[in-house]
Parts: sequence; C-alpha cells; structure tokens
Amino acid sequence: MSISATELWVILGCGAITVASRVLPFAFVKQVSMPAWLIDFLTFVPITIMTALCCQSLFIANPGHLATLNVANCLAAIPATIAGILTKSLLMVVVVGIMAMAVLRYFSIGG
Amino acid sequence: MGPSLTFRTGVRDVLPTVFGYIGVGLAFGIVAHTSHLSLLVVAGMSFIVYTGSAQFIITSMLLLHDPLSAIFISTFLVNSRMILMSTSLAQYFRHESLFKNLLIGTLVTDETFALAMNKQNKTSGKLSFAWQSAANLVAYLVWGVATIVGALLGGMIADPTRFGFDFALTAMFIGLVYLQLISDRRLGLSLQLMVMIFVAIIYYFMIGLMSQNFALLVATVAGCLFGMEMKKCR
Repeated sequence: MSISATELWVILGCGAITVASRVLPFAFVKQVSMPAWLIDFLTFVPITIMTALCCQSLFIANPGHLATLNVANCLAAIPATIAGILTKSLLMVVVVGIMAMAVLRYFSIGG
Repeated sequence: MGPSLTFRTGVRDVLPTVFGYIGVGLAFGIVAHTSHLSLLVVAGMSFIVYTGSAQFIITSMLLLHDPLSAIFISTFLVNSRMILMSTSLAQYFRHESLFKNLLIGTLVTDETFALAMNKQNKTSGKLSFAWQSAANLVAYLVWGVATIVGALLGGMIADPTRFGFDFALTAMFIGLVYLQLISDRRLGLSLQLMVMIFVAIIYYFMIGLMSQNFALLVATVAGCLFGMEMKKCR
C-alpha cells in the first residue's frame, strides 16, 4: 500500500479534470438557456457518439495509413446485432456477444 | 426497459451494462497490478479519477514517466467527449436543483449517458434524478470494485480475454446504438442510419491522421453537423 507524490498528483489532477468536464456543462445548461441551433445539434450527439464508440472497437488504427478491420470484433458483432434485432434486449446483446467472442477465441479465429 | 423512473428501476435498467464494467474493470485491475501500481493507487484511479478506458492510458503514461502536463492533457482530450454528453444530458434535468445537477454530472459516464438516452425514448423525453442516480451509482460501485478485484487477482488470471469478457463493452455499445436507432422517433430511422454511415466513414479516415480519441471527437461533431443539414433538407 504505497503511493508516490507523482501518483497522488496524477489522481488529484486527472480527477479534477474529469469531474470538471462532466459537471461544468450541467451547471452551464442549468443557468443559461440554450439557443435553438445548439439544442438541434445536441439531438444528434447520442447516435453519433455511440456510433463512433462502436467504430473505435471495430476498426484498428494504422497511423499514417488507412484503418483496417478488427476481424474478431467485427465477427462477434454479427451475432450480437442479430440478438439485438430478435430480442431488443441489451442483456441478450451483451451475453450473445461475449459467448460469440469466447467461441472465436477458442478456435483462434480473427486473431 | 419500461417507462418507470424510480430508483429501483434505475438499478434494474443498468444491470445489462454491468457486464461491460466487470470485464473491463477486471482487465484494468490486472494491468495496474502488472504495472506495479499499489491497491491504493488503483482505488484512487477508479473512485476519484473514474474515467474508464482512459485509466489504461494514464497507467501506461505513469509507467513511461511522462510529465504530469502530458498526462493531464491526454486525460482532458479523452474526456472532452464528456462535455458533449453532459451538455446533452443536462437538458433533461434543468428543472432539478443545481445541487442535484452537479451530483448527476459527477458520476455520468459513456454508458449511463447512452442508457439514459435509450430510456427517454421510452418515457416521452423524461428522466428523473432518482433513476439517473441509481444508474450512475451502480456503475460507479461496480467499476471500482471490479478494478480492485482485478488488482487483487492480478497474477492469478493468466488471460482474462480468453472468455470473451473484453467484448462485453463493445457488445453493449452495439446494443445501445441499435436500441437508439429503432426507438428515437424524433429523428427517425433513415436519418439516423445516414448519420451513422457518415460518422463511420469520417472516423475511418480520421484515425489514420490523428489519435483515436481526437478522431472520435471529430467524427461526432461532423456527424451532428451533417445530421442538422440533412434534417433541414427533408
């Protein structure tokens, strides 16, 4: 159980940064009424951020070159998506996704 | 997921996402252990910094003895998407007190944000402090405990990815984006599909040119602007 001065500063500093990025918008929105264009812009935030977060796991970055597909994740995404379409249940998507990935790893498919 | 917005419903609604937290949390604990971080540092990272995948980045930068300023800048960049999410989510809580707004803001994450956006499709655009706090608290505690368990198990688990748990987080976002796609009636299916394809293309080309987190931000903002223009054209 030890902590160095650097580690302590990293925890406090990064903690302050993450809390500020989460909390300040709440304080701002509460106090200021937002222009219509900004509200319109923000209606697209959920679908765009979630899509981008998915892409982060489905593509592999190759700096300076075009991205490639993360084959294992893309393959496991197929049964997970089908589970979503059939059941509309988040739990089923997650469970089927994990099982698909375990099967892929067992047979060493997709690296 | 039904229309009820109580604390209890919040706990139930957040349960599917817990798998993602456990998988990635265990992985973080194991990585932290092999990077020789003490339990106290792991706990500090998870309960004070609480920034999910960015904790991996901070850990590797600590290991490389990067300067504090570089660690702070990276943390800000990774978290800058939170500014967009918080601004978006805060609109549902304007009627609540400032104090309650700050409480919700402190613990909101990618996952609880996405969950809330799915939820409000079921409640005709309403969210409650009790429901959101339940989701936030469960996520926070599960993440913290999972990382500490991971750090304790450390050397014992040879390869946590063997059972596919690392895919839980990706699967969860796939599920959330699909549910968002079929249930957001304000935007509709075809417009959202076009925006998704646009975001994927932008992200694909951007990750060759910049860091993944920056590409994520660029693709998100570009996708929102594209969506606004397409909506006007309809």
